[in-house]
Amino acid sequence: QNSNFKENEVLSVTLSVQYLFQLDDDEEEEEEEEEEQEDKFDISISVKDPEKIGTNDMNAFQTPLPMFRNKTFTVRRRFSDFLGLYEKLSEKHGPNGFIVPPPPEKSILGMTKVKVGKEDSSSADFVERRRAALERYLQRIVHHPSLLQDPDVREFLEREELPRAVGTQALSGAGFLKMINKATDAVSKMTIKMNESDVWFEEKLQEVESADQQFRKLHVLVESLVVHRKELSLNTASFAKSTAMLGSAEDNTALSRALSQLAEVEDKMEQLHQDQATNDTFNFAELIADYIRLLGSVRGSFDHRMKAWQRWQDAQAALQKKRETEAKLLWANKPDKLQLVKEEIAEWEVKVTQYERDFDRVTATVRKEVVRFDKEKARNFKREIINYLECLLQSQQQLIKYWEAFLPEAKAIA
Amino acid sequence: MRSVSVDLNHDASLLIDIPDALCERDKVKFTVHTKTTLSSFQKPDFSVPRQHEDFIWLHDTLVETEDYAGLIIPPVPPKPDFESPREKMHKLGEGEATMTKEEYTKMKQELEAEYLAVFKKTVQVHEVFLQRLSSHPILSKDRNFQIFLEYDQDLTVRRKNAKEMFGGFFKNMVKSADEVLISGIKEVDDFFEQEKTFLLDYYSKIKDSTAKAEKMTRSHKNIADDYIHISATLNTLSADDSTANKKHCGGYYMSSFVFLQKVEGRVASDQELKLTELLRYYMRDIQAAKDLLYRRARALVDYENSNKALDKARLKSRDIPQAEEHQKQCLQKFDKLSESGKKELTSFKGRRVVAFRKNLIEMAELEIKHAKLLRTWLAMV
Repeated sequence: QNSNFKENEVLSVTLSVQYLFQLDDDEEEEEEEEEEQEDKFDISISVKDPEKIGTNDMNAFQTPLPMFRNKTFTVRRRFSDFLGLYEKLSEKHGPNGFIVPPPPEKSILGMTKVKVGKEDSSSADFVERRRAALERYLQRIVHHPSLLQDPDVREFLEREELPRAVGTQALSGAGFLKMINKATDAVSKMTIKMNESDVWFEEKLQEVESADQQFRKLHVLVESLVVHRKELSLNTASFAKSTAMLGSAEDNTALSRALSQLAEVEDKMEQLHQDQATNDTFNFAELIADYIRLLGSVRGSFDHRMKAWQRWQDAQAALQKKRETEAKLLWANKPDKLQLVKEEIAEWEVKVTQYERDFDRVTATVRKEVVRFDKEKARNFKREIINYLECLLQSQQQLIKYWEAFLPEAKAIA
Repeated sequence: MRSVSVDLNHDASLLIDIPDALCERDKVKFTVHTKTTLSSFQKPDFSVPRQHEDFIWLHDTLVETEDYAGLIIPPVPPKPDFESPREKMHKLGEGEATMTKEEYTKMKQELEAEYLAVFKKTVQVHEVFLQRLSSHPILSKDRNFQIFLEYDQDLTVRRKNAKEMFGGFFKNMVKSADEVLISGIKEVDDFFEQEKTFLLDYYSKIKDSTAKAEKMTRSHKNIADDYIHISATLNTLSADDSTANKKHCGGYYMSSFVFLQKVEGRVASDQELKLTELLRYYMRDIQAAKDLLYRRARALVDYENSNKALDKARLKSRDIPQAEEHQKQCLQKFDKLSESGKKELTSFKGRRVVAFRKNLIEMAELEIKHAKLLRTWLAMV
């Protein structure tokens, strides 16, 4: 059926795009030097399960953007379409130094060995995690001013029917993933010894690698928290049942009633713990997973810069070689060969200039992207932690209510 | 913990407490302090050092005393168990390299708190045992109890002698045939019939509840430990963040996790003390009550057997006076046990209800207190 997000099946995901004109910036922050203009619009993307979408899901919007034809619309996309979009964007923009947000399911392998309960691909938990992750993925893309301009993105958001990506049709979803993972891993594993003249890049790379390490550690810890929270929930439920039994065996009437009440409180606590485990997962663990994936893309952009540098260096080396050949031929008096070499030298000189310019451009892009990433990360992470803590707060409120209701029952024992 | 058995240690004629204790390589030495106005004691105020094994000796001699067969003998305090924190300390030592200094320090602090909690619990459960004895009209006058309180030499020699005398055989007997015998007899007395049904059922249920409460408490402790590691990692992340965005991140949500951990840890230990310890104590107390029922059942069987023997003797016209005497004694014993048992079981009921009330109230109040504290903190974030 359609709600299975299995890799090798055709899935149906409904995407609705709404446009809101944002009058104020939500965050009151000190403005730092902005190299790019502020977003004058806010795109809200939501990814929903096909069953659940209805006609009343569209919210009112205000100002349409000229680049899109409609104001609010829904399209259906396969899971492989999301991956296909990523492949296209990373091919096009990655080498230029852009940090292309990765979709979920992209090499989290090896991040954690802890299984959070029985997670098969048809469980409601798994489906919801995927859906939310896809939503965040698209939100990151459309909030990136350059990526939003990309025609592939617009096509993804707008077009009724997306053709199956050529070449991926033959591949199953899993095979497709392997292809993506291999490509980016190859980039990451490059051991290019770059003469880093810009100490900013050296420091930044250190930061990114250290952050990656910490986020991975954090992910394991939070997954462990989820497991323990679920255990607490189960143990509480089991204790509640046991207390109810004890209450029914108790021969003192008031104590018997109090024990039954205690059993009920513990039942409610079980639900609280269960909800808290959901909070731990969706508002904490999943977001950490996002950051680990993103940091991978940041690493990727550094690698692309190094690739550009290497290309420039290689061109310089080739030019040098040609000049040496030219010098040799001058002495050997072979006019035809000499002419050929002179032409080649001219070509290489053009290339060297081009590649140097490319490298500078990529460097500038990477720097801009990383600054933007840092800012986004700082802002979002803070907001996400606060959101997580707010859910905890709610649950404490509930907890207080339950125990305050129980207290008179305990006092009534005689 | 004192609240597992309320109304103890109020009678000024014999006041007992354990004001301090020493932990030497997991062997605990208790200082048992007695204040008394009774002339049966040599001094009005004195202290002696005692080990856990001494308590066991005292308990066993009481159990083996025929005269006390109709009483609920307070359950023997469990052996001091430092296994859990010791194991964790060992694991912590092994994992030290993988943690930040701050994490390690916090974990160590938590462990030290756990050690302390185990220590406190064991002192209190030993104290309650003695106080149950001192507040019992009959048991407080026991000769061995007095020796335990007063004898200023090592009790080890006495303990060995006692073992040889009794061989502990009675204790083993009680454990094995227990339930079968109690359930098997035909009860004439309504009171005991009800008590039997009630205690057997209640025991199995409270045993189950105790085990489940322990699991719940362990989960809380696990979560508290997770928070330690999470807050340490967030701290590292924030420290590494060299950008100007540091002021956006702020350190306060890191300290929130530290706070969460403290509260979670506190919830775990309070729950332990109020709920789990309560259930554990009464599980043992109910076992002691069941032991009383057993002894009475045994006496009833003896009486029934003596009846049969008397009938046989009458049939054979032989040894009738002995059989009559034996039957009379059995009946006396049985009646004495029944009378005393009824009193004991009734007061046990009252004691249990009062203790549950106190602990449930205190637990609810603590839960509310901690939740409010956490709520206030989170609201500030």
